[in-house]
Amino acid sequence: MSEPSPILEDLETLQRDTIGYFLRAANPDNGLISDSSREGAPCSIAATGLGLAAYVVGAERGLLPRREAAARTLTALRFFRNSPQGEEPDATGHRGFYYHFLDMKTGRRVWQCELSMIDSAILIAGALTSGMYFSATTDDELEIRELAAFLYERIDWPWATADGGVVRMGWKSGSGFLSYGWEGYSEALLLYVLGLGSPTHPLPEESYGAWTGSYQWENLYDIEFLFAAPLFTHQLSHVWIDFRGIQDPFMREKGSDYFENSRRATEIQRQYALRNPLRFKGYAENCWGVTAGLGPGFSKQRLEGGIERQFYGYVARGVPFGPDDGTLAPWAVAASLPFAPEAVLVALRHVREVYPESLSRHGLLTSFNPSFDNGDGVGRGWLAPEHHGLDQGPVALMIENHRSGLLWRLMRECPAIVTGLRRAGFRKGWLRSRNL
Amino acid sequence: MNDTGYVESRTPAPPAGTHVAEVLPNDFRDAGLLANVRPADWTNPQPARSYNLVVVGAGTAGLVTAAGAAALGAKVALVEKNLLGGDCLNFGCVPSKALLRAARFHTDLRHAPRFAGSAPVPSEPDFAGAMERMRRLRAHISRHDSAKRFQALGVDVFLGNGTFADRRTIEVAGASLRFQKAVIATGSRAAHPPIPGFEAVTYLTNETVFNLTERPRRLLVVGGGPLGCEMAQAFARLGSEVVIAGQDPYFLPGEERDAAEILADALRRDGIEVRLNTEVTGVSQRDGEKHVRLVNDNQETTVVVDEILAAVGRVPNVEGLNLEAAGVEYDHEHGVRVNDYLQTSNRRIYAAGDVALERKYTHMADATARIVIQNALFWGRKKLSSLTIPWCTYTDPEIAHVGLYVHECWERGFPIKTFTVPMSDVDRAVLDGEEGGFVKIHVRDGTDTILGATIVARHAGEMINEISLAMVAGIGLKTVSRVIHSYPTQAEAIRKAGDAYNRTRLSPLLKALSRRWLAWSR
Repeated sequence: MSEPSPILEDLETLQRDTIGYFLRAANPDNGLISDSSREGAPCSIAATGLGLAAYVVGAERGLLPRREAAARTLTALRFFRNSPQGEEPDATGHRGFYYHFLDMKTGRRVWQCELSMIDSAILIAGALTSGMYFSATTDDELEIRELAAFLYERIDWPWATADGGVVRMGWKSGSGFLSYGWEGYSEALLLYVLGLGSPTHPLPEESYGAWTGSYQWENLYDIEFLFAAPLFTHQLSHVWIDFRGIQDPFMREKGSDYFENSRRATEIQRQYALRNPLRFKGYAENCWGVTAGLGPGFSKQRLEGGIERQFYGYVARGVPFGPDDGTLAPWAVAASLPFAPEAVLVALRHVREVYPESLSRHGLLTSFNPSFDNGDGVGRGWLAPEHHGLDQGPVALMIENHRSGLLWRLMRECPAIVTGLRRAGFRKGWLRSRNL
Repeated sequence: MNDTGYVESRTPAPPAGTHVAEVLPNDFRDAGLLANVRPADWTNPQPARSYNLVVVGAGTAGLVTAAGAAALGAKVALVEKNLLGGDCLNFGCVPSKALLRAARFHTDLRHAPRFAGSAPVPSEPDFAGAMERMRRLRAHISRHDSAKRFQALGVDVFLGNGTFADRRTIEVAGASLRFQKAVIATGSRAAHPPIPGFEAVTYLTNETVFNLTERPRRLLVVGGGPLGCEMAQAFARLGSEVVIAGQDPYFLPGEERDAAEILADALRRDGIEVRLNTEVTGVSQRDGEKHVRLVNDNQETTVVVDEILAAVGRVPNVEGLNLEAAGVEYDHEHGVRVNDYLQTSNRRIYAAGDVALERKYTHMADATARIVIQNALFWGRKKLSSLTIPWCTYTDPEIAHVGLYVHECWERGFPIKTFTVPMSDVDRAVLDGEEGGFVKIHVRDGTDTILGATIVARHAGEMINEISLAMVAGIGLKTVSRVIHSYPTQAEAIRKAGDAYNRTRLSPLLKALSRRWLAWSR
């Protein structure tokens, strides 16, 4: 028997370790998954949604028995079905949406966080994935399908739109909707597809055009692409949706598609790191990945050359105009695997060789910053002390999409996704042959 | 000269209740300013039997109109109730840019280690010195706007409050000015914050902030627009602890989001506490300190400051003119209503500058004054909508724009492409240590026609003029790339956008043919 390819072996190991995060991070009583590996972290509904999809991949890869994956999924879906919805400030959700962060035990809102439309969309995407995968006629799997449909159909998408039709970013009991909506291309692509696909409370079709009207098509470094600064915005929707060959009106006009766009965005990240305009340590064409995530914390340091550096905590880092404080996120590199496999594998190998401390037995730590002086005299910079569910999910799931296309295959048959894409004006490619 | 610094003259004082801004602290430099813009010994001339043009308001719009019309041979009367030069000279562009330059000097000094190694750094910026420099330069520049200069140009200058007596007559200081045509150029003033408590505390606006002689230790700037951002940065760089509170999620609402985020980052690096999505809900004054309530995301906090600068917008000066008698329609929010030819509802009367325009810039006042001269005196048909209008926020980096924004292009159904050049790709910007920012030029997709541009750079205000010129002259990106730009300059960023456009025209087929030819000819 031939030796397994070292690259494949690396990816398998990384995927297995990353899925392990979700197995450990779940509360077995209610299925909620914690936002991070930090002690006392609350539940993140986005991490929970990614976790539901991770169970599917785990079951498919034999990392956990199908029966166990189904049981974990059912626990979570039952919790959300039964959880309190309403305007009370400590409910779990309202109008079918859910608060961004929940108490791990009670499942009620914490941190005075917002009712989050995008994180609810990620949760529902995970639920729909479960509904598509668990297709057996057992009682458990039948109930999974029913609950996934129930939770999806309960969401009142139009309620979350502003005048002019764009979907708002969040809502709070007492102060109402956050004053700004989604502007410019972002991970909200998933949200709009799901919202448009609802059989019960669909978004108006014009809401999608209102959103894409804020797009910016840019020529940067001689690469033409639909601009969004942080790398994860080009990845999250692709965890579930196969955008290869299908085009909405915007992409038809530009002669491209969102998958190709993500490939170009990945290349722009490489080019930015190669240029390294702010002259951070470690940046190179094989060491990149600037995205939203944890950093060394809000502080200033005067480093070599007399340059004063401002560092940040959790912030939406992006290229080419920042914010960029020298923090790199190898998880975001891994999540670009389907778009640029050669470049990603080279970069992952580099991280493993040069920054081995960023890789733990639980997968990739969320970020590191070689430019930060942590005072240890060794000069290795700062390393995030934790894993984040929102980062681990795309790693495990995009590795799977690269290896087998599992999630894309499942969701190409999902009526919500197909309907949503068609109502958004997507045509061609695999959509042609769908009769849903 | 009385205690308030207001110069008494033989011209009547403004009527009670009239809004009048004052220049303080009235040292010898301000005396020089006032001698030019409100001379104490001024005597209004005898009015002519009839005027081709009477201009009410001697800010930029009024001065340009009066001087331009007089140069063409018109009999012109110019009426001003307060200070010639208006906001721009006395309380706007001139003093603010002087202060910003001093502030930038001190910031460059702080960054000396990046350039000069161990150059000594002063412990504290000289705020009073910066204000004194501003007053000296303002007085010097005020010569161009002086009553005497305009009198020498042949303009009858009347100091006093002008009001319309009927559709063809303006009265000022007891004189009646009969006109063929008139121009309302009374400008705008700072809006007062409709916030509980503000009526009972003293706060600064653009009309009073430049009267300061001592640095406020702690300053709250209310408003995230251009004035608020500029002054927040200036005061922070001159040593004040500054908090800036804006209602919107980004600074400069309406501006490119990348630009607004770069600006927010720059303000934070200057040590300014940035509070966006924040509403000011109340203020009280105790022991000389101001306690201001701020609400963000339902969370209320209180900041304690020594001064508040209100920069919450501008309102047109339409009061006290008796516009009704002239049949001129207006409202208090938008000002005098004009058509695209800047004509009011009284066909003999035009309006120019802040009093009638949404975009309240000095160069707009200048441009609309030129339109009004042609349209009012010579049956011109120049349109406001035909203007290509740049604007700039003079923070560091500066943020400049001309033409359409991306969303405006989409709204009008223009598919567009944006050519983006980071300033970090421009050698001179790197060498100057000024590489934060970008040039973005929007062209109609499939063409090189420039529809708009945004520049964020230390010298964006200078650079945007090249693009304005290109747009007015109908020059596209293809031609821009043919224009030799001196190397190394920061303006090369514009040429690089042109070069990037040209590279998109080199299709794969052309590249292949080119390679084949060159290989054959080797």
